[in-house]
Amino acid sequence: MLNYIIRRLLLTIPTVIGVCLVTFLLFNVFASPEAVARKQLGKNPTKEQVKTWVTAHGMDKPMFFNFKPGKDGSIHPFDSRFWNHMGELLLFRFPKSDYLHEKVSDLLKQKIVPSLTITVPAFLLSLLSILPIALFIAYYRGTYIDRFALFICVILMSIVILNYIIFGQYLLAVVFKYFPIYGYDFGVGAWKFVFLPVILSVAAGLGGGVRFYRTVMLNEVRADYVRTAMAKGVSEERILFKHVLKNAMIPILTVTVLSIPFLITGSLLLEIYFGIPGMGNLMLNAINNHDYPVIRTLVYIYSLLYIGGSILTDISYTLVDPRVAFE
Amino acid sequence: MAESHLKIAVKRIKKDRLAVAGFCVICLFALIAILDSVPLPRRDVGGVKWTRTVLDALFQKEVEKSYSPPLAESGVLNRKEFQLQSRHLLGTNNLGEDVLYNALKGVRTAFIIGIVPSVIAAFFAILLGLLAGFYGGWIDDVIQYIYQVLSSIPGILLLIAMLMVMERGLWQLCVALGVTTWVGLCRLIRGETLKVKNMEYVEAARALGAGDLRLLFKHILPNVMYLVIIEVTLEFSSLVMSETVLTYIGIGVEPGTGSWGRMIMLADRELPNAIWWNLTGASVFLFVLVLAFNLFADALRDALDPRLREG
Amino acid sequence: MEEILKIENLKTYFFTGEGVARAVDGVSVGIEKNKILGLVGESGCGKSVTALSILRLIPSPPGRIVGGKITLSGREVLCLPEVEMRDIRGKLASMIFQEPMTSLNPVFTIGTQIMEAVRTHTDIGQSKAREIAMEHLAKVGIPTPRERMSQYPHQLSGGMKQRVMIAMALCLKPALLIADEPTTALDVTIQAGILRLIKDLQAESGMAVLLITHDLGVVAEMADEVAVMYAAKVVESGPCETIFSSFCHPYTEGLFKSLPGRTQRGHKLYTIAGMVPSALRFPPGCRFHPRCPLAIGKCRVDEPPLVRIAAGHWCACWVRAGGVDRYDA
Repeated sequence: MLNYIIRRLLLTIPTVIGVCLVTFLLFNVFASPEAVARKQLGKNPTKEQVKTWVTAHGMDKPMFFNFKPGKDGSIHPFDSRFWNHMGELLLFRFPKSDYLHEKVSDLLKQKIVPSLTITVPAFLLSLLSILPIALFIAYYRGTYIDRFALFICVILMSIVILNYIIFGQYLLAVVFKYFPIYGYDFGVGAWKFVFLPVILSVAAGLGGGVRFYRTVMLNEVRADYVRTAMAKGVSEERILFKHVLKNAMIPILTVTVLSIPFLITGSLLLEIYFGIPGMGNLMLNAINNHDYPVIRTLVYIYSLLYIGGSILTDISYTLVDPRVAFE
Repeated sequence: MAESHLKIAVKRIKKDRLAVAGFCVICLFALIAILDSVPLPRRDVGGVKWTRTVLDALFQKEVEKSYSPPLAESGVLNRKEFQLQSRHLLGTNNLGEDVLYNALKGVRTAFIIGIVPSVIAAFFAILLGLLAGFYGGWIDDVIQYIYQVLSSIPGILLLIAMLMVMERGLWQLCVALGVTTWVGLCRLIRGETLKVKNMEYVEAARALGAGDLRLLFKHILPNVMYLVIIEVTLEFSSLVMSETVLTYIGIGVEPGTGSWGRMIMLADRELPNAIWWNLTGASVFLFVLVLAFNLFADALRDALDPRLREG
Repeated sequence: MEEILKIENLKTYFFTGEGVARAVDGVSVGIEKNKILGLVGESGCGKSVTALSILRLIPSPPGRIVGGKITLSGREVLCLPEVEMRDIRGKLASMIFQEPMTSLNPVFTIGTQIMEAVRTHTDIGQSKAREIAMEHLAKVGIPTPRERMSQYPHQLSGGMKQRVMIAMALCLKPALLIADEPTTALDVTIQAGILRLIKDLQAESGMAVLLITHDLGVVAEMADEVAVMYAAKVVESGPCETIFSSFCHPYTEGLFKSLPGRTQRGHKLYTIAGMVPSALRFPPGCRFHPRCPLAIGKCRVDEPPLVRIAAGHWCACWVRAGGVDRYDA
């Protein structure tokens, strides 16, 4: 098992390097340092100010290799934009935010917990509500209940998440005043700020989730082994809850486990709308303020999370599906 | 061969009444989008440079002073009532613009956002998927590496990054969306190409002397197309909905282009003041179009699924 | 002798978007205790649907048993509530299927699945059930049954999987075993072993067996009685030797003539002209008439009834067996 994990991790190294390369190209090749400086410095900066900014951020260094002697007279060939960028990310020496003037790693530490207080309950609640509904519909497959439920799912799926958030917040926070409209509180008091975004997030995902899980269940229900179990005289309930569910877990796990690392990244929309100071908020502010160091770092981290997620998914397969062995 | 499959697919879809209804709705919206794309000869309106389309001629109304509810005769500005110049079916927004007109202007944007990125994505996906599946070897490895790297970067971030270096705009958004979403379809096409490549009819064609290009485009591509059609229609709804969300967070189309996202963005602060018509108008248009496409796309996918093709 | 299975005028239809598919359209067969009935026919003639109808395993949204009577060991089956039907499945009558690859649940061990068959119908405890399972695995010829109990289906070969299916089906000693093309998906070399196993187990327990196949060779080796099906109906039935030596129906004749062994070297293989009709649109009159070299005017208009042409030998053909006015049915 450990061998398998190590081998998988080694195989992802080229991909991670590729990701850093892509971000480098995006931020250095497609936008000149002067343009970036001007965006950061606000209204009409002087040529002097731009130059200072560019030098301070190391953007005046050559692109790939540096053969000019430095202040102390020695040559550091790897002191170039490319190698600094790669080193910064791959060695986890994250930079400082241009806009907030704090180290990105500190910002990350502050912002992860608020994001988690929303994403984790939403994830668990979704799972706990969608699975039973999907099983229920699979039990009544082919009947009017099934068709009606499917129709409702399509309708729910066709409503933009924005509408859920806007109308949900309006009804529950403004009209009925059950919850605060906006804001966040650290510690125990967080729950009343978190309740509404969590509920709305689950509601918005219900339609699509039930439909997907229903399809997975029905695929299994049509399988030959179900016919064999029926021929043995096993009850419908047992077939559904034991035979079908265990097999359905395999595709369900792909989707579920893959999304676990992304619980850290937070939901962009929910955080903006409800004023939760989380990772999503961080990212959006970085975008609006052209805070490239933060964006670079976030892209890098998010890709690491995705890769981590796919490795986790593969491992979970080997645990659930006896046909899959570590190769 | 392809014709009879199409006929079977059409017959199957016709049986699903909801899908047919969806298709009619789509055609209606498409008509609106077309009307909005046909320019009329310029008539300089107070020196403002802007192309007038057939839709404008039909639906544009006078601009009032400020808000007014649907079908009202007067509106309120700074607590004073003012008379309206004409009837507005869905009321007017804070700038006095007719809400129905604004919603109709958003249709063309929705169609463009819903289709163009998919077409761009399909182009990359077909090219790279066919090559990877057909040739295998190092070509396959390189292409797989490319899309592994791209899919490791969560789409929204790549999208945002791309948009930051390009300017804002409808077509830029389409390109960015297309470039960030081709990977899924590419994987499917590669898988299907691998399956089809070993089928007897391909071997037969090769035995008859067909070259690689001919095999790819005459024999393999037609059998892979159903995946593309399904994907393009299924993606329509997500793309239209994501335009809304992207505009809301500030990365959407430029101001001046019709956009339901912008209507929703500007309108959500109006609810506490009991101004509901702006938000509702945009939301309803969006909901109806997305629902219609969802119903139709589902039926299309079931009709084209080869597993359901027996008899 | 006691009749274990009696099917009278069974009709199972499938209600699809393209029309009504009459998969089984008036089939009557019977199997006595200790006998093997071979149900023969091409793909699509309705033999599998007939078998599934006995245990009421027809997928219910499109399919439905619309008429007829099925009696299992004296009990009428079609009107039973589902709960009682479940009691019959696996205990009074068992079924094994064509694809052993997919018929076993991939995520449960062999042992668990066989034990489930036992414990669904009885109150037997886990350890006793395990013993019974191992006993039956040995009985079907699987070496080292103890190890196999904790293995998963994908670790077994096709032939072994089918033996497990047989063990699962027989562990509660049913009076009827329905085997739906049990060897079709297996290698030729394995087929003989499975068939011999079924025959031995049948002789030992005296159960009735409904063996469904499209392979006349299998029928010759295994069956006591034969029923030939075409287009959702039985066209000929009788003792195996009689059918093989003096077949009556033109379709049966065609089947025998198509066997490669019967043609001389260098001659073209015989084929029955035409194609099997779709269950959505059967031809009027005798359903075989478009492909029949003996068809006369009456064949195109009226459906021939099954007529007794000798002791236990029935045939439905206007030309060869005549109508009600030639012999009494």
